[in-house]
Formats: sequence, structure tokens, C-alpha cells
Amino acid sequence: MSPPVLEARAVSKHFPVHRRGKQIPRGAVVHAVDDVSLVLGEASIIAVVGESGSGKSTLARTLARLTPPTSGEVLLNGTLVHGSRARYAKTVQLVLQDPFSSLNPVHTIGYHIQRPLKIYSVPSGAEEIAGVLERVALTPGREFIGKYPHELSGGQRQRVAIARALAVQPKVLLADEPVSMLDVSIRLGVLNLLADLRENERIAILYVTHDIASARYLADDIAVMYAGRIVETGRAADVTDAPAHPYTQLLLAAAPDPERSEPAELQARGAPPSLVAPPSGCRFHPRCRYAMPVCAQQAPPAFAVGSGHQSACWLHSPDSSSPTSSTETAETAGEAGEESTPETET
Amino acid sequence: MSEFGAHPLLEVRGLSVDYGLGDDAVHAVSDASLTLRSGEVHGLAGESGSGKSTLAYGITRLLRAPGVITGGTVVFDGTRDLLGASEEELRQLRWSEIAVVMQSAMHALNPVMSIGSQLTDVLRAHRPGLDRQARRERAVNLLTMVGISGDRLRAYPHELSGGMRQRVMIAMALALEPRIVIMDEPTTALDVVTQREILEELTGLRERLGFAVLFITHDLSLLLEIADSITIMYAGRIVEQAPAAELFRAPRHPYSLGLLASFPSLHGPKVRMTGISGSPPDLRHPPSGCPFHPRCQYAMDLCAQQVPALEPPAGPRPGLAPHPEAGRTVACWLHDPGSPVPVPPELSLVPGAAAVRGLAAVPRLTAIDSSGGTP
Repeated sequence: MSPPVLEARAVSKHFPVHRRGKQIPRGAVVHAVDDVSLVLGEASIIAVVGESGSGKSTLARTLARLTPPTSGEVLLNGTLVHGSRARYAKTVQLVLQDPFSSLNPVHTIGYHIQRPLKIYSVPSGAEEIAGVLERVALTPGREFIGKYPHELSGGQRQRVAIARALAVQPKVLLADEPVSMLDVSIRLGVLNLLADLRENERIAILYVTHDIASARYLADDIAVMYAGRIVETGRAADVTDAPAHPYTQLLLAAAPDPERSEPAELQARGAPPSLVAPPSGCRFHPRCRYAMPVCAQQAPPAFAVGSGHQSACWLHSPDSSSPTSSTETAETAGEAGEESTPETET
Repeated sequence: MSEFGAHPLLEVRGLSVDYGLGDDAVHAVSDASLTLRSGEVHGLAGESGSGKSTLAYGITRLLRAPGVITGGTVVFDGTRDLLGASEEELRQLRWSEIAVVMQSAMHALNPVMSIGSQLTDVLRAHRPGLDRQARRERAVNLLTMVGISGDRLRAYPHELSGGMRQRVMIAMALALEPRIVIMDEPTTALDVVTQREILEELTGLRERLGFAVLFITHDLSLLLEIADSITIMYAGRIVEQAPAAELFRAPRHPYSLGLLASFPSLHGPKVRMTGISGSPPDLRHPPSGCPFHPRCQYAMDLCAQQVPALEPPAGPRPGLAPHPEAGRTVACWLHDPGSPVPVPPELSLVPGAAAVRGLAAVPRLTAIDSSGGTP
């Protein structure tokens, strides 16, 4: 295993709710992220997949230290993170979703790249700026320096946003939905750019997305989030080929897939819960068709369902009496996947 | 699907739409033709700015200034000319025969009216025979039909989730039992699970009520699942039309091939995909000839000079008779009988190719290194 660069230990982020009327009790909070642990190794890519409201963006922003965690620890290169964010940001950089609003329209591309270089006292001449732009395949870099954001296409703008993050030679890139605002024909170019940065510059990437197919394409590992918690982690292909958690199975059944031979069938309906008063126990249990009494009482810990593949579901508990669990946990994952999502099997 | 191939409900021939007038006009849609048969789901795919929404608004004459229809014909139900129709004729036709589900349910519903009054408003305008009670009953029926309980009639749009608002939009479109429903990116802003629920409902409703759907989206992978036939637009022009399964199995236009190769697959080995290089053109300064030629890896001299016509593709070798492909047309010089070069294998119908061809099985792909990173 590559040495961990960025590590989150039991990170939670709760936002206070402004009280309106009597329905919401005093002191209520939104449980945006609850007890999330992640290890991002050097030159690795982890995809955080979830629907809107699952807390995936809050997780990225917390890891970028744009907002302090309510509890839990963030470790950078094995040491606890504290003190100035400026020093931290030299190593950990955030790329935002929308390149149309994350670049300042009244400043040139050169200015956007020069700012981080100046702040971190790195040489910031035209030569260096052009060099940074060429790292994201905006060539020749010199031609882009004098341009304004409106002169560039969406894909080029997102490359500028990535270049701005890369300017200070970070070791970690937190990419929050970096391609979802782009046209389909240019998404792949940006995804491939991220893959190349990992390959050539050994940058670790946290790829936040709602598109599980692109997560499978880009990432080594996938972490699936639901209602503020991670419900399943594993190697990207393991998670998509043999999803263990019922929510992951639902997500895959809903994803567009032209190779599906029969129409998709959803095993669960409804919407994610309110995070002000999340369901007791497993947060997915009100929608889960396998729900057992224990699911409403106790939040499941992560159980191993295969090598490096974990699922936070009581179905996979070694001492669960459920028929789908057996002592051979790896097989359980296969069975569960097969049984409920036949279309993911070939 | 049952009546696929039935009589054409909507015939669009050579429709052109400009934004602006004179030399500065932007040709948002050029010479577009498509046929919508009754009961069919016809998918209209393209990137932003490809003219797919403009085409739909041109058909229904909902274009706002400076949009101008500069040519073509739109015939509804074999006899009724939509482009020549008077405002009053259009008013009769809209909603009761052709309904539109607008792109953003968040903005299309009136925030200060309850959904019940928005639903009954339609009925009051178009069904003067119904009394207050009957309108209310119909509104409850419509809501139940799309999976919302009738007691939400008094709810305001902000009290509903995004998925429910989209369902209300669909219920409103179906209020007068139209024969055509035009849906402009109806599920784009929704989560995948909600999107799937709404598509399931739509499929069920269509089977029961038998309306035809023109489904506009940028998500080709979704369209391949739900549409019967697909039209692909690029820079205001239709580049390929084919039955959905055929398009997926064997795309004939280089842009269709590139689009299909832009969606990572959920199956099979991880391979590096290339997508399409470059970016979509600026319609204020469109490329000469075929608008796709600057991004096309097969481009020939001819492509930069002349716009290819949308025609059935010629045989695998030049000079042969057109391929007997039902319902397939493609606008590419490679498929012209006079093409100087043979059609590359990935753009022609190779027997048996269907078995091996997944989304990822496109040539010029190199294996991605999956050994790096964490264990």
C-alpha cells in the first residue's frame, strides 16, 4: 500500500439549523457528514459517490479545511493537522464544480494562475505561468495568459481551474464534481487529465461525483456515501461489479446503462432522509427491502465482504442470522449482488 | 414500442431556425428533418448549443425573439401545418394535442400558486365544460397517476422535492391527453434514483395512454435505454438518425461513435477512452462544410468544402447500392457513394460486430494502468 497522504479519522460535520417555528427543536443540527474515515494514499484516486445531499461535497470542503470538522481528525502525511490553513493548502487543493463561476470574469487566466504562485512565494513570471498551463494541456501556455475566462470553452476553463490548484505543487487534489458541468464530449478529456496527473506527478485525488460509471473509470477505490455516512468501500470494479450494500445496488440499478438487456428494476423507492433527524440505526433502513429489526436499532459497522471491500450493512455481519450471510464473506458479496441486481452480471 | 412504424404523427421537413436577422444571424438549426410516429419515443441528443431545444421550440412555435423560423414545414397528423397556423389554431393545438414539459421544473411552476390551482387552471382554459368539482377531481386523478397523493393538491411548489415537482410538470402536460409530449431534459437536474423512478412512470403512462414522446437530452446512454429511435444533432444539424439499438450497435457518423466512446461503461475491463478531441464550435463562426470536420479524425478535403446531406448510408464499398437499413440516415461524406476512401470498419456494419462491441470496444484505445495506487 502506498503511504497515506491524507487521512480522515471519524470526521463529522454538523451544521446548526436556524430555528423556524416549533417543529425544529432548539439546538438542532444537520448531520451532513457523520463519522467518515478515509485514507488517501500517495498517487491514488478515491471516488466518493453519492446523490445530492449525501454529504460528499461537505466532506471535500471539510478535508480542504474550508470548514472545520465538528469532530474527528484530519491527518496530513501522518501528522495531525492544525494551525494555519495557508500552509495546509500548499499540499491540499480543491477544484470546484462549476468553471463558469469559479473563475473571476474580470481577471485574465494569467492572473488566476499567478495569484497562488505569489501567495506561496514561488517564481511567478510568464515562463512559470505558461508552464503551469501546459501541465493541463493548455498549449501553448503563453497564448492563454492574456485571455479572459469568457474567451475559453467550458473544458478549457475547468483546465484553468485545475491548473490554478496545481500551481503550488500540491500532493492532494480534492475534485468536487469536476466534470458534471461540462459537455459530454469533453468530460473524458478532463477525466483523462486527472488520470495523467496521478500517473506523471503522483498526485493523490479525491474525486467527488454522482456518476458511478465515471468513478469506476477513473478511480482505484470507490466510497459510496448515503445520508452523511460511508456505506460501502472497495476497489472500484469490485464495488460496481458486485455491490454489497443495498444502497449501492439501488444506485447501480438506477444508473443509465445501454448494455442492460432488460429494463432496470428498482428495489427501493423514496428519497434520502432528512438529515436534521436522521433515521435511527442504519440510515438506509426505511428504504431497504432487506431491513431487519436490528437495522433500526443500531448503526452497522463496516463488515468485510471481500479483500479490501467493506459494507456497512447488517446483512454482512458474520454472526447475522440472515440467509444471505455466511462465514465466507467474499461469497456473500457475490450472492447479494447476483440476487438483486442481475443486470450487473454478464 | 408496440406501434413502432405506425403512421407519422409529426413530420418536420427542412426546418431552419435563426437567432437574429441578416448577416449576424446565428443558424441555430439548419435543415432539420424528423418524423415522430404515434406511440413512439424519439430521442433527440446533442450537446449544449447543438440546437436540440431550439428545434423543439421551433416545432411548437414557442421560440422567443430573436428566434426566427427561416424555412421548412411542420405537419401534425398528416394535414395540419403548424408553421402556417394562426395564433388561435395554435392555441387550440398546444397542450391538448402537443404538450411540452419544460427543462427546469424548479422554474416552470409558479411559486405563488398551489399546484392544485395550476393544474385546474389548464382545465379551466381548455375544458370549459367542466365545473369546479369535476376539475378538482381530474386534478386529483392526474396527481395520483404520477404517484403523488391527491391531498398534496394544496401544496406549493417549494413544499415538494425536485422529483415531485417534475412529476407535477408531467401531470400538467398530460392533463388534456395530448398525442405528443415534448420533454426537454426532464430529468437532468434529478438524482439517478429519482430519474429512474420518473422514467419508469413515464414508460407506464405511455403504454396506458399511447402518446408519443420527443425526449430531448444530452445523456445519450439514457436515451439508448428508453428511446425507440434517436436523432443526433451537432452544431444545429442532424448528423445521424437510427433506431436506438442500431445506433448503439453500429454508429455510422464519427460524432455518434465519439459520443458513444465518451461514456465510461459499468462493465468489462478498464480501458482508457479518448472521447472527442477539441470542443463544440461557436455557432457565430461555424466551420465550413461539415460542422464536425475540425474535430473529426476521418476528415477529408471534401468535408471542409461541402455540407453532407442526411441520407441512407451507402454500402461498405463505394459504388455499391445503399445499405438496406430501415430508418437509418447519416450526414457524412464517408458514407456517400462517391466517397474517395472506403468506410472505416468501426463506422460500417461488420457482421458479428454486435457480439464484441461494447461501449468500450472502440478501436484506438489503450489499456489504462490499473496497477498503480492503493492495493
